[in-house]
This record gives sequence, C-alpha cells and structure tokens, in this order.
Amino acid sequence: MTSEAIKVAPASVSRRGKEPAPGMVEKRGASIWITHALMIFGVLIVFFPIWLAFVASTVTQPEIVSPPMPLLPGEHFFENYKRALFSGVNVPVTTMLFNSLVMALGITIGKITISLLSAFAIVYFRFPGRNFFFWMIFITLMLPVEVRIVPTYEVIASFGMLNSYSGLIFPLIASATATFLFRQFFMTVPDELAEAARVDGASPMRFFIDIILPMSRTNIAALFVILFIYGWNQYLWPLLITTDPEMNTVVMGIKQMFPSGDDTADWPVIMATSILAMIPPIIVVVSMQKLFVRGLVDSEK
Amino acid sequence: MEKRVTFNGWLLPAALIFPQILISAVFFFYPAGQAIWQSLFIPDPFGLSSRFVGLGNFEFLFSDPFYRASFVTTAIFSTLVTLVSMIPALFLAVLADRLIKGAGAYRTMLIWPYAVAPAIAGVLWLFMFNTRVGVVSWYLGQLGYDWNHVLNEMEAMGLVVVASSWGRISYNFLFFFAALQAVPRSVIEAAAIDGAHFWKRFFTIVLPLLSPTTFFLLVVNIVYAFFETFGVIHTITSGGPQQATTILVYKVYSDGFVGQDLGSSSAQSVVLLVVVGVLTVLQFKFVEKRVHY
Repeated sequence: MTSEAIKVAPASVSRRGKEPAPGMVEKRGASIWITHALMIFGVLIVFFPIWLAFVASTVTQPEIVSPPMPLLPGEHFFENYKRALFSGVNVPVTTMLFNSLVMALGITIGKITISLLSAFAIVYFRFPGRNFFFWMIFITLMLPVEVRIVPTYEVIASFGMLNSYSGLIFPLIASATATFLFRQFFMTVPDELAEAARVDGASPMRFFIDIILPMSRTNIAALFVILFIYGWNQYLWPLLITTDPEMNTVVMGIKQMFPSGDDTADWPVIMATSILAMIPPIIVVVSMQKLFVRGLVDSEK
Repeated sequence: MEKRVTFNGWLLPAALIFPQILISAVFFFYPAGQAIWQSLFIPDPFGLSSRFVGLGNFEFLFSDPFYRASFVTTAIFSTLVTLVSMIPALFLAVLADRLIKGAGAYRTMLIWPYAVAPAIAGVLWLFMFNTRVGVVSWYLGQLGYDWNHVLNEMEAMGLVVVASSWGRISYNFLFFFAALQAVPRSVIEAAAIDGAHFWKRFFTIVLPLLSPTTFFLLVVNIVYAFFETFGVIHTITSGGPQQATTILVYKVYSDGFVGQDLGSSSAQSVVLLVVVGVLTVLQFKFVEKRVHY
C-alpha cells in the first residue's frame, strides 16, 4: 500500500526560497567541507548495494563464486545482459519486463481514471447516497491487499483471472488515496468557473473535460509517477496469481530465478535482471524528480 | 468543505462513481467480508463443508505460541525498521540543509533507493551477505566474524531490517529535508544571536518544529514495516530461521497459501484489519492535531 500511505503529510513544505542568501548561521570554510565529506560518505553507503549489483552483472560466474568478487565492473556487460534479456532462467527477462510494464501502466491509468471520475462526482454533484459512497471509498484505505490475500485470490480464481493481466491489475486499482487527492484539488478550483460554465450552458462533462482535466495536469502527472512505482514494485500479488512463468512480472520473477536445491544461483544473470528491474522506476523518479517530490510531499496539503 | 456551485441530476454522478464503487465492492468489501466470515469457520479436511466455531479460530490463534511469537517479531521488526530508516535520514537531511550549494545533487542521488522494490532490495542485500559469495560476509570473515544469517536468528533479523530500511531512508530524507527547508530562518538566526550553538538550536528549535513530520513518518514507516516488507522477507529468509523473521503478514501468507489453513489465515487477516484500522485512526487523529499546531 505504498500509495495509500502517502495521504497525510504535514503542511510544513512551503519552500523558503530556492537559494537563501547566506545568513549568519551558514557555516563557511572547513566545516562546510566536513559536511560535504559526511554527505558523500552517506551517499556512497546508500548507493553501494546498487553499485555492487551492477558490478556483479558485468563479471563472470567464477569471479563471483570465488570471493571476494571484484568491486569494479568487468567486461561481460553485453554478454550477461543479452543472456538475461533473451534467455533468462525460466523465461526471458524481456517477457517479464513487458508484463511489469502492462501491470504498472494498467494500475496507474486505471487508478487515475476511476479516481478522477468519482472525485468529480463527489465534489460537483449532490446526489442521494453521496456521503455513503464517499465513506465507502474512504474505508478502502484500510484494506491493503496484503490483508485480504486469500479471499481476493478466491475471487480472482472464480472469475478465471489467474495468470491474466486483468487479474494482476483490477484488485490493485481502487484507490482512496487518488480519489482524495483529486477531491482536495477540485475543492480549490474557484466556484466562478463552474458558475460560468453553467451560465454558458455547458454540460457537466464538457466542464470536466475542458476545464477540470487541463487544470489537473500537474496533479495527474505527480500521481502518475508515484502510482507507476507502486504498480511496478508489486510483489506479493503477482507471486500469488501468476503461476505461469510467462506471466511473471520482473520484480517477483527474480526470486523464481534462484535454484530451489543446493545448486549455485546464476548470479550474473540474476544481478543483470535486478538492474533491469530497477531501471524503469529509477528513470521515472530521477527524470521527474520535481513531480515526484511534489507528488509525495506537496500534494498532501 | 462543500462546493457552493454544483450541477444537477443524479444519473450522471452515479455513472461516474460506479466504476470505483464496483471495484471496491468486488475486490475490497467482498474479500474483507469473506475474511471475517471464514474466520468463524473451520473447513473440513476435504474442503467440502465447514463447521461454525464462532471465535474458536481466534482463541486458538492467540493461544498458539507461534502466532504470539510472530506478534513479538513484528513489534521488534517494525520498531527497528522505523528507527534504522528515520535516524540516518534525519542526519542526512540536517547535513543537506546546512549546504547552500549541492543539496539538490545529493537529493537526486539519495532518492534512487526509493525506486527499488522491497523484493529487489532483498535480493541486493542477500547478495552482499550471502554466506558463500557475499562480499560483506567475506570481509567480515576476514575480520574474524563468522556471518551466517541462514542459521543465526539475530543476524537474519538484522539483515531483513537493514534491507527493509534502506529504501525508506530516501523517502524519509525527502520529508525531513522539505520540513527543514521550511523552518523559518529568522527563528534560527535569533537563537544564534542569543548564542545558541548548532546542536542546541537543533534540539530546542528545529527538532520540535519537525515533530509533525516526525510523527507522520513514524506512522507511515510502521505501516510500511507491517505490510510492505513481505518482499524483503520472502526473498532473504522466507521467515526463517525457525520463524525468527516471520512477521504477521508473512504468516498470513505461509499459513493461508503454503499451509492451506484457511480458518486460521482468515482470523489472522481480521487481526491485521484491526491493526490497520488503529494505525489509520492514529494517522488521522494526528492530521486533526497538526491543524492546531
């Protein structure tokens, strides 16, 4: 429930200006270098596991199984990645990457779509049962998939949706978080806009498409970043419902690449797969950093 | 908060809200109801019928030493994950906040682990501490320390805690950093004029001002440790050795899917539902409070 957990951040996020003028409490000279040194040390430690995985994905199996393995990349980058992508262990990693992409996009687009619609209905209409439905959505916050795995699995099985994309996507699609976020945002849209639309005789859907959607662009983008990572990184649910290796997602498929007995794992290929599995979310987070931080922090106000 | 200007009609809003209600009903309420219902029954060994036992499953559950042990394990695990992920994050955020130049670059590098799935974090840490090929375990061996998380319960717990906390450091860092940037400069400078040195300012001014963020992160990290660390535990220890790292969520999975004990697994799901409920209420209580902060 990654995305569910982001709903209520403190409001203490207003920036005090991008580059504050150096005041009297800023350190200068030696102490600034100590700060930099400590910071770099911290970054290196945090980064080390990823670096090591990358190194392991560029060396040969014998280099790894006779410890200590080298700490600098070797020359087998293309060989290992080619082997991972096109033959893998159980199934080519390209297949798993594709499954992950479908699942992540399905969850992201599905969540955003249904939340936009229901938030619009809740904010801009007065209809019987409105409060009831609002609380019904609200309460789903408390039901992470981990808690209801067995019965949800039974539902999916009875629909014949095991080993299918719809089985991967639908149970994870309802999102109280996104609905709240859009509701909060719609509340801040000036009433005059809806009034003007009504005076001009625009239908509610016209108002939604021409005014509300374009105004929500940034919120949608910020949510997209967070939900994509949430969807991509799912583990338990795909583990339960994709028994067919062809349907495995990459994040859950890595564990399946370890041999069950006492055999040695094919570390270079496993590590190449780990790197491949983290590239899409890392690209999304780093390239859309501003939106991502906004999605995490700012949108909670 | 209500809109003054609204549209008329009920058919359109009903149609708009329908998809979300349908999905919530089919995949949330029905399964949750099933979990509560099934927790009151014991299915016969052939799965053909089930016998009503009332709260028998719960009685059995709480008298089961393994389940009680799992509660304790979860408490220890989530406390450690919360501490190990928040303290370094706060430390790094304080450092970054002292810098005028370069803080953005550090932030960019520090957010990478957030994007790494818990299950993959598990694989990375398992690789470093693998008893046969792990680099860190090898160097520890050179120093005379014989690392073996496959047999040693404390080491297994330590490893899953660190692997679970690692990605959360990024998350916590982002929140602490944003909160630190929002601390009014004037307050800090006033304290500095009065002669308060850095650590004094930190503990008497900055830390109290951070308390809403800290409390928020506390709850969010506990929720994370409870429910989202399944991938880490499944990849590194599979709950072992001797259930030393079997947290509640892992037990629901291993009893329900591996052990096929539906009655007990449902009862465990219901207990978890109560836990989530309490945590959510806590979170919202805090939101109310923060308004008056």
